[in-house]
Amino acid sequence: MQFMLLFSRQGKLRLQKWYAPLSDTQKKKISREVIQMVLARKPKMCSFLEWRDLKIVYKRYASLYFCCAVEDQENELITLEIIHRYVELLDKYFGSVCELDIIFNFEKAYYILDEFILGGEAQETSKKNVLKAIEQADMLQEEAETPRSVLEEIGLT
Amino acid sequence: MPAVSKGDGMRGLAVFISDIRNCKSKEAEIKRINKELANIRSKFKGDKALDGYSKKKYVCKLLFIFLLGHDIDFGHMEAVNLLSSNKYTEKQIGYLFISVLVNSNSELIRLINNAIKNDLSSRNPTFMCLALHCIANVGSREMAEAFAGEIPRILVAGDTMDSVKQSAALCLLRLYKTSPDLVLMGEWTSRVVHLLNDQHMGVVTAAISLITCLSQKNPDEFKTCVSLAVSRLSRIVSSASTDLQDYTYYFVPAPWLSCKLLRLLQCYPPPEDGAVKGRLVECLETILNKAQEPPKSKKVQHSNAKNAILFEAISLIIHYDSEPNLLVRACNQLGQFLQHRETNLRYLALESMCTLASSEFSHEAVKTHIETVINALKTERDVSVRQRAADLLYAMCDRSNAKQIVAEMLSYLETADYSIREEMVLKVAILAEKYAVDYSWYVDTILNLIRIAGDYVSEEVWYRVIQIVINRDDVQGYAAKTVFEALQAPACHENMVKVGGYILGEFGNLIAGDPRSSPLVQFNLLHSKFHLCSVPTRALLLSAYIKFINLFPETKSTIQEVLRSDSQIRNSDVELQQRAVEYLKLSSIASTDVLATVLEEMPPFPERESSILAKLKKKKGPGAVSVNELEEGKREAGELNGGGERGGDTHSPTSLPLFSQTTITHSFSHIISSSLVLEDRMQNVVKNNHKQMFFCF
Repeated sequence: MQFMLLFSRQGKLRLQKWYAPLSDTQKKKISREVIQMVLARKPKMCSFLEWRDLKIVYKRYASLYFCCAVEDQENELITLEIIHRYVELLDKYFGSVCELDIIFNFEKAYYILDEFILGGEAQETSKKNVLKAIEQADMLQEEAETPRSVLEEIGLT
Repeated sequence: MPAVSKGDGMRGLAVFISDIRNCKSKEAEIKRINKELANIRSKFKGDKALDGYSKKKYVCKLLFIFLLGHDIDFGHMEAVNLLSSNKYTEKQIGYLFISVLVNSNSELIRLINNAIKNDLSSRNPTFMCLALHCIANVGSREMAEAFAGEIPRILVAGDTMDSVKQSAALCLLRLYKTSPDLVLMGEWTSRVVHLLNDQHMGVVTAAISLITCLSQKNPDEFKTCVSLAVSRLSRIVSSASTDLQDYTYYFVPAPWLSCKLLRLLQCYPPPEDGAVKGRLVECLETILNKAQEPPKSKKVQHSNAKNAILFEAISLIIHYDSEPNLLVRACNQLGQFLQHRETNLRYLALESMCTLASSEFSHEAVKTHIETVINALKTERDVSVRQRAADLLYAMCDRSNAKQIVAEMLSYLETADYSIREEMVLKVAILAEKYAVDYSWYVDTILNLIRIAGDYVSEEVWYRVIQIVINRDDVQGYAAKTVFEALQAPACHENMVKVGGYILGEFGNLIAGDPRSSPLVQFNLLHSKFHLCSVPTRALLLSAYIKFINLFPETKSTIQEVLRSDSQIRNSDVELQQRAVEYLKLSSIASTDVLATVLEEMPPFPERESSILAKLKKKKGPGAVSVNELEEGKREAGELNGGGERGGDTHSPTSLPLFSQTTITHSFSHIISSSLVLEDRMQNVVKNNHKQMFFCF
C-alpha cells in the first residue's frame, strides 16, 4: 500500500497514513486530488479507480470515506477487506465507532492502524490478536499519574 | 462518543479540538491555532520543567495542528524527550510525532536512534514493537544504517515474541525497499524462508510480504520458499472453516494469507518438482471448484474474500500459462462474472480477461464472450468499466472479429470521454491495420476516425494511412474517391484536408475521368478549405497544387494565378512564401518532361521496421525520435535503395533527384514506415492517460 486516507463527505481529512517517502507539499497535493476524485464518484460505480500508476480502492462507511492507494499488481478485493477489517477494529475498540471518535482520538486510530498494517502490508489479520495488543498497551498506563493542576483538569491549559 | 475512558483522555486536547471544530471561519480557526501555538511555545520555553503528561499533551496538540494542514516548526526536541519516558502513552505520542513530522536534523536523528536502540534492547515486547513501528514508518537511511544489521537477528531469534517478529519482518521490508544495499540477507536467508512454516499465522502473514519482495530481487536465493508456500496454501485451502479459528474471515479461511501465498508463487515459474506441482494444481482446482459452490454467507465480506482468492489464483494460472484446462476454466469463471450483479466483479473480470486474451490456450475461449463485452461497452454506467471493456475488445481482436470490433469501437468513440479518445484512436488504427484483409476497409476506418475524433488523430495515424495507400496500388483509386467524398462535407476536420490534399495530389488522376470529380472540381474543393487551415496544412496543399499542375495541365493557369497572388508569394510565413515562389517558378520554366520527373508519383515506402527503426528507438526511446534523426535514417534507407545521389542512378526502382526529395518530401521526411511506431505511441499515451485520467470528473 502507498497510502491510506480517511476523509469526510466535505473533504476534511481525518486520518492520513503514508507508506512511501513524500514531501509535505506532495502529500497535500495528492490528498487534494484523490479526495476530489473519490468525492465525485456516484454511488453505483465500482470501488476501484485508476490514478497515475496506482489503483485507488475506496469505500464509504457512514460519513467517512476510507481510501487506499495500492500498486498496480495488488489484489483489489482483498484491499477492500483490509479497509473493512480496519473499520471492524475501530468499531470494537471504540464501541460503535463514528467519525467523532476518530477526530477526538486520532492518535488511537493511528496506533490501531499500526498494529494492523505496517510498512503498507498487513501484519496481523486476526482481529483478536490486534485488539489484544492494543489492550495490553492500554493497560500499561494504568499507573499512578502525576497530580494535575486544577486548570489542567478542566482543560484550560 | 469520545472514548475518554480509554487510558487517559487528555482533556485539554479534547477541549482544544472542540474549539477548533466550533470555529465559524477559517480565520477564526487560524486565530485559535496561533493562540495555542503561542501558549505551547511559552510552556516549552518556560522555566518550570514540564512533567511527562503535559509534554505529551502539548506534543499531541502540535501533532493535531499539523495534521489539520498547518506547518509546525518546533516541538521535535520535546517529542524526542518523550521517547525516553518509561510511560507507554508518552513514548507512543513521542514516536507518533517524530514518525509524522520527520526531521532531518542530525542531532535529533542521533537522539532518536539512541532511543530506538534502547527500546529494541529493552526486552519489553511492547516497547520493542513501538520502536520497530517507528523505524517502519520513517524508514530513513540513517535508521537503516543504524538498525539493518540488528533487525534480522531479532526476526529469527528463538526467544522473540510473535508480535515482535511480525513487526520486525515488515520493518525489515520497509528498510529493504528504501535502502536495499544496507539490508544484507546472506546468512539469514534460509531462516527467514523457514518462517513460512511458523506455527503463528500472523508471523507467516508478515514474513511472506518480506519474502515476496526479496524473491523478486533475488529469485535464486529464495527459491526454496516455493515448495513451502505450496504446502501452506494447500493446508489452508483444504481446511474446514473452523480449523483456523481467528484467522477465518467470514467463513473464508485465511484470505489474506492465501492471497499473499498466491502472489509469492507468481514470482516464480511453475514448480519443477512433480509432486509440488501436482499439489499446487490440485489447490488451484479446489479454489475454482469452491467458486461454484453456494456461498456460506450472504455478506459481501464473504464473497469479496472468497473472490479475492479466486482472482489471485486466476492471476497465477495466467502467469504460468501452461495448464490449458485451468486456463479455460478460469476463462469460464470470469465469463460468469462478466454478467454479475456487482459492478466490482464485472470490472475485475474484464480486467483479468484482458491478460487471458493474450494466452494462446485461452484466446479462443475469451472470444466467445464478445457479445457480452460489446454490451458492456454500450450499457455500463461507470466509465472505468466501459474502458476495461474497450481494452478487452482490443486484446481479443483478431482476423475473425476485427471488423465487428472496430465498428463497435468507432461507435463508442463518438461518445467517449475526451481523456481517453487519443488512446482509443490509436487502438482502432492499429487494429484496422493489423487485421485488414481488404484495404479499402482500412481506408474507410481511418477516414471515419478522422471524421469522428479528428482532434485526437495524431500525426502517426494519418501518416500511416497515406503510407499504406502509396504502397498499395489496389486501394489508391478507392482512397481518392472516398477522400473526395469526405471533403464535400461542409465542416470537415483539418486532418481530413491534409489526408485529402495529399492523396488527391498523388492519385487525383484516378478519379479525374468522372465529371463530378474533374481536376478543376478537385482543385476548387481543396482550395475552398485553404483559408480555414493552419500553416502546415496550407503548405501541404500548395504541394498538392503543383502536383495538380503536373497531372492536369489544363489547371495550370488557374493554379498559377492562385500561386501568384499576394497572399501566397508575399505570405508572412516563410515556408508558404518559399513554396509558392518555387512552385510558381517551377511551373513556368520547367518543361513537361522535367516537371513530370520532379513530380513523379511517390515511391513505395520501404518497410523499415528492422535495423533503422530499432536503432532510432534505442537512441531516444519510443515515440521521442527527432526529425533530424529520422531524416538521417531516411537518407540511410535511401542509400540502401541506392537513390541518394543527385541525378539518380539505376539501382533503385524509382530514383529521384535529391532536390525533388527535399522540396516535395521534406515535410514528410518523418514518415515512419512501420506500425511499430503507432504501437509505441499508444503505450506512451496510455501511460500519460493514467497520469491525467479522471480530471474530467
